[in-house]
Amino acid sequence: MTMSRRLPLAAAVLAVAVAGNGPAGAQTTLLNVSYDPTREFYQEYNAAFAKLWKEKTGADVQIRMSHGGSGKQARSVIDGLPADVVTLALAGDVDELAKRGLLKPDWQTRLPDNSAPYTSTIVFLVRKGNPKAIQDWPDLVRQGIQVITPNPKTSGGARWNYLAAWGYVLQQPGGTPEKAREFVTQLYRNVPVLDTGARGSTTTFVQRRIGDVFLSWENEALLAIKELGPGEVDIVVPSISILAEPSVAVVDANVERNKTREIAAAYLGNLYSPESQELIARHFFRPRLPEVLARHQAQFPPLRLFTIDEVFGGWEKAQSEHFADGAIFDQIYQAGPR
Amino acid sequence: MPADAASPPVPAVDRRPHALRSAIEEPAWVRAILITIGLAFIGLFLVLPLTSVFVEALRKGLAAYFDALATPDALAAIRLTLLVAAIAVPCNLVFGVVAAWAIAKFEFPGKSILITFIDLPFSVSPVVAGLIYVLLFGAHGWLGPWLREHDIQIIFAVPGIVLATIFVTFPFVARELIPLMQEQGTEEEEAALSLGASGWQTFWYVTLPNIKWALLYGVLLCNARAMGEFGAVSVVSGHIRGLTNTMPLHVEILYNEYNFVGAFAVASLLAFLALVTLILKSLLEWRYGHELALPRR
Repeated sequence: MTMSRRLPLAAAVLAVAVAGNGPAGAQTTLLNVSYDPTREFYQEYNAAFAKLWKEKTGADVQIRMSHGGSGKQARSVIDGLPADVVTLALAGDVDELAKRGLLKPDWQTRLPDNSAPYTSTIVFLVRKGNPKAIQDWPDLVRQGIQVITPNPKTSGGARWNYLAAWGYVLQQPGGTPEKAREFVTQLYRNVPVLDTGARGSTTTFVQRRIGDVFLSWENEALLAIKELGPGEVDIVVPSISILAEPSVAVVDANVERNKTREIAAAYLGNLYSPESQELIARHFFRPRLPEVLARHQAQFPPLRLFTIDEVFGGWEKAQSEHFADGAIFDQIYQAGPR
Repeated sequence: MPADAASPPVPAVDRRPHALRSAIEEPAWVRAILITIGLAFIGLFLVLPLTSVFVEALRKGLAAYFDALATPDALAAIRLTLLVAAIAVPCNLVFGVVAAWAIAKFEFPGKSILITFIDLPFSVSPVVAGLIYVLLFGAHGWLGPWLREHDIQIIFAVPGIVLATIFVTFPFVARELIPLMQEQGTEEEEAALSLGASGWQTFWYVTLPNIKWALLYGVLLCNARAMGEFGAVSVVSGHIRGLTNTMPLHVEILYNEYNFVGAFAVASLLAFLALVTLILKSLLEWRYGHELALPRR
């Protein structure tokens, strides 16, 4: 009796659910697998691109998004998440896909500027009025300073943070790898929690009010100030930082299967148009086009930026030296935390 | 001396019933303290957080609350959650009844192993439950290449979410029925069979009426967990907005997007579901307590 009464109900629920999921007409669906801080930007960009594509070709396109820690997202695509395009935090994560044959090894040369249509850098977010007087990298290793940064094993942003700190020491007069290692070890001793993704860390710092300084993407820092009001936190720009180049790429294996190569390529190519670059700047990423960057100069103070190729010899090398299992991060973090 | 010896037993006799009584009836102040502690605990750890969910959800008024629920992504998450529960719960219902019937009414080799396996999802972390399916159906998993050739998407799609949900909610119905059916024994079924009823008739007219309230109870718990599961589903979902986000996952996404009203609005639906489950559960226990398994685990 219980069963016979439940079954029609279940069937009705099922029917509603299935009917609701069916697309109205024939339209292409594109899946963009991205990392955490791009949520707001792609929400707006997707709408703009769908409109543009409709004007150009008359066809409808629906763009679906998946967000999470960059490394975790790459892992999901490797495990079969059918991404047409990936827009991840760093080239190293896209390289992982290339290693498994999901896209060609030369992916980075297919689009201008190393396939990174926008850049960002690492800045410090501190409590309003900067009560601990944090001005530059050496202040992070002072005693009693709590530093918030996510786990470099799972978060792309965290790897940029780590490399920015390391690179800072190397760029000082007399900077050696040994000194850098000691500095970074001390820095991670001051880290009370390692979240898995950049957004989780933002929440830890801003909502839960843990920590004195948060190593953050510049775009995340600017967004947090916009979303949470200016009364909570201040941005401190260090003397020198790393140029973060979040990579975008078409996933060859998946677009072949989904027959979406043309639209996927157009989707990424359009990121370099002046309109999109303006949108990029409004969402707090540093645009590539100089004239757009110039318009937003107040938002993006100039600072000395070094690239990962200059200082670390590329992602592949940085990844295996610093973040692979048993590499430097594992060594210092196991020795480090209290 | 005899008077001295006789006098102590008198208060002793008085004290005994007094002592007995006080074992059941504590002094008023002790009762007051215990009740206060109990209520304060419930208030602090259950009522307060639950209330805060609703307060946060309604912080910007009713209109904002319903706007947050009416977004396409939130509706898709609600639909998906209902769909997953509508598949997973009946599956576990059928399985639970069959397994409990087999275990309670028959003797067969491997019975204790079966009981152990039914309990397995209770002891396995949900994350592991999710990863099992990634290892099995992922692109580099055991069945991945074959599935890919045949264009079948299991994980990062609805089937994977359903599988993970079935896995974590697997024991609820069976676990509710087994003790009850074991206690009821097989006499009634034997009587029915000896009077010429078929196996199906015996089940439908004898066994099922005996277990219906316990069954409903199990389904209720199973459903609550199916709709609320986070960990296992998170691993296999792929987090595609509007497609593979269930309500619990959507809550996390909205929260991470600084959309607190939206996050707590969806959370309030889940909390409401929990409250309804709780009320139905209490009703069942109060009204049909004797027909639910008496010797509770």
